[in-house]
Amino acid sequence: MTDKKLYSLTAVFDKPDDIINAAEKVSDSGYTKYDINTPYPVHGLDGAMKLPPSKLGYSALVLGLSGTFAAVLMIYFMSVYDYPIVIGGKPFFALPAFVPIMFEITVLAASIGTVLTMLFFFFKFPNNSHPLLETDYMKLVSVDKYGVSIQADDPKFNEDEISKLYNDLGASKILPVYWDLEEVLYEHKIVEPKFLGMLALTAIIVSGTVYFSLNKLMFMEPFSWMMEQEKLSPQQKSEFFSDGYSMRPPVEGAIARGDLPYQFADKPEMAAKILSNPLVSSEENLLLGKTKYNIYCSPCHGYFGEGDSRLRGQFPNPPSLHSQKLRDWTDGRIYHVIEVGQNVMPAYNTQMTNNEKWATILYIRALQRSLNAKESDL
Amino acid sequence: MSNENSTLYSKKNLPGNFAKIGQMLLAVGLILVVLAYFVDHTRSAFNNLILLMFLTSIGVGSLFLVAMEYLGGAVWSTPFRRITEFFAAVILVIPLAAIPIYFNLHDLFHWTHAEAVAEDKILAGKSSYLNETFFIIRIVFFIAVWFLFYFLIIKNSKKQDSSGDPKLTTRNIKLSAVFIPIFGLTITFASIDWVMSLEPHWFSTIFGVYFFSGTILAALAFTTFIVVYMNEKGLLIKGIKKDHYYSLGAYLFAFINFWAYIAFSQYMLIWYANLPEETFWFLQRWEGGWMYISIALIIIHFVVPYFGLLSQPSKMNPKRLMFMSIWILFAHIIDLYWLIMPTYSKDSVPLGWIELAFPILAIGAVITVFSIKAKKENHVPIGDPKLKRGLDFRL
Repeated sequence: MTDKKLYSLTAVFDKPDDIINAAEKVSDSGYTKYDINTPYPVHGLDGAMKLPPSKLGYSALVLGLSGTFAAVLMIYFMSVYDYPIVIGGKPFFALPAFVPIMFEITVLAASIGTVLTMLFFFFKFPNNSHPLLETDYMKLVSVDKYGVSIQADDPKFNEDEISKLYNDLGASKILPVYWDLEEVLYEHKIVEPKFLGMLALTAIIVSGTVYFSLNKLMFMEPFSWMMEQEKLSPQQKSEFFSDGYSMRPPVEGAIARGDLPYQFADKPEMAAKILSNPLVSSEENLLLGKTKYNIYCSPCHGYFGEGDSRLRGQFPNPPSLHSQKLRDWTDGRIYHVIEVGQNVMPAYNTQMTNNEKWATILYIRALQRSLNAKESDL
Repeated sequence: MSNENSTLYSKKNLPGNFAKIGQMLLAVGLILVVLAYFVDHTRSAFNNLILLMFLTSIGVGSLFLVAMEYLGGAVWSTPFRRITEFFAAVILVIPLAAIPIYFNLHDLFHWTHAEAVAEDKILAGKSSYLNETFFIIRIVFFIAVWFLFYFLIIKNSKKQDSSGDPKLTTRNIKLSAVFIPIFGLTITFASIDWVMSLEPHWFSTIFGVYFFSGTILAALAFTTFIVVYMNEKGLLIKGIKKDHYYSLGAYLFAFINFWAYIAFSQYMLIWYANLPEETFWFLQRWEGGWMYISIALIIIHFVVPYFGLLSQPSKMNPKRLMFMSIWILFAHIIDLYWLIMPTYSKDSVPLGWIELAFPILAIGAVITVFSIKAKKENHVPIGDPKLKRGLDFRL
């Protein structure tokens, strides 16, 4: 027995109530270096052991707040400083949109940070051996028993007294736990070939797996038949055509279906003379005209063509559509203005189809007539 | 630690002035409320809605807490479950608060005006749900369901006092499992009908949850206050200790965060989508002085109770808990005020004696109902099989 060094004297109890009772008695007897081991968290142990409230909460608070701060900095850098983009008309620094990110990063930082603090600071993590590990005592208390262990370096430690205390408390077993001398006496060297080899092996395996999975595995296609056909991707240089473009322009003089190029771009008089409205003023056409007029024309000319829209005063005022000049214009002349624009009015040739333009003219005619009706209309 | 020492319980009555305070508040509130109806009819109707929502919060919320205890198999709250049950009795006075609403429907709800609905496409589209007949049917149905489950659950709990039959607990667990989804639906639709439909053009899919979070918070605050108050005076039962206080505090703290989470979610989605048919509701609460109430709501309903209950010792401190409970009740009234009153007055914040009269009546009614129940019945569910474990509860 002389070559064994005692670490602690442990006792095993059968019931959770017993261990709470034992914890109370042990702490009342004045022992300070002792610990309780149970297979699951037993409620009320903290109080029985007279432990002060855990300090872990403060580390969670600090880490959580630093997470919040880091999140604000990150978002500020990204969306205000480095790459500001207007999203949905919001300001660059749009706090409500950042709150979810701040919240998530706070939670992430607090939880991961707390676990790491617990492992490294409270459990002294890199140290992976503890004398209680791999003992009969630990095997019992990690299954269905409840144990108390008073360490030998406790100032009040006395083997006989503690055994008597344990027996009084009704311990089902009393087990001494010894240091693993092989481990205690082992001389640790800073450079150990075994450890370094292990480290290198781990590094090679981890980096190899990461490299393979990110650079190779991710880009393996299950079927590549359509992916790898003979074709040119957009923006790729063509070897076949002398100009090097892979996309070919349409043949000169080609016209898109349903589209006629406008021939009177700088000849309003000719347009006035030659063009005539192909549509009849049916209800259907007038309704189409009304819809398009209200969309494209009314913002400036007003709903009734009087030039009194809500934009009045913010732009040079648009003329009334009821003037004598406009009433005398032919349909072709009005078409010309819609097609190429006039003064500040832009061209609407790309926004309306030919039919829609003509239908709109029908509607304008109806508006004009509403204010200057002929006698025959009555 | 002995398990067979059957709980010795002798009922101690509440101090006499407790019931008196309640009756006084009730009487003063009642006189002021009747007066208010004569002075300003419409304004009183809106305040009456706050009263109705507050009583619903306390009554139905407390019944929900009782059901949660049964369904979750919680033991820590068993020693004072009866307190929550007393507060659930507030359900019985909900109809009294709802009757004036019935006579003032046209003052409160824009969609009850047939001529307004005829002109308005959106209201016409909603009229199959938002019409007076269906509205009344729904309200009667909600109140009937709450009454039904109140009587069923409380009856079993009361019977257990004398019989101690564990089967009654099983029966209540089953009832709770049925009640909780029904509670979720009824409280959602009740809040939609009574509060959201004040602005019939507006909609928020999270609104029911928002109201629910405030409901539970208010019900819990009343329970916490009374439990701590009675236990500090030794009027409950031996065995309720800091561990129970901590659990109540943590429960409150959780729902403070839940409320803030839901309130922010509602705000952020509407702010982000920026659709005029949704944003006007928040703009209403930002103009004409309402901005101050909105900011105050964040501080009163979230910031102050959050930091007030953040640390572990504060959740175990009886004075802090009692103060925070009253604070949260106050915050809930502000919350209801913020939800309801902007519809009444868009340009200014109406704050006068009328706004004070209805909360006084509400508090008076709750205390009176509580003291009547407390006089008649045991303060502790002495026959409950979980009681011993509840008293032995430790963190």
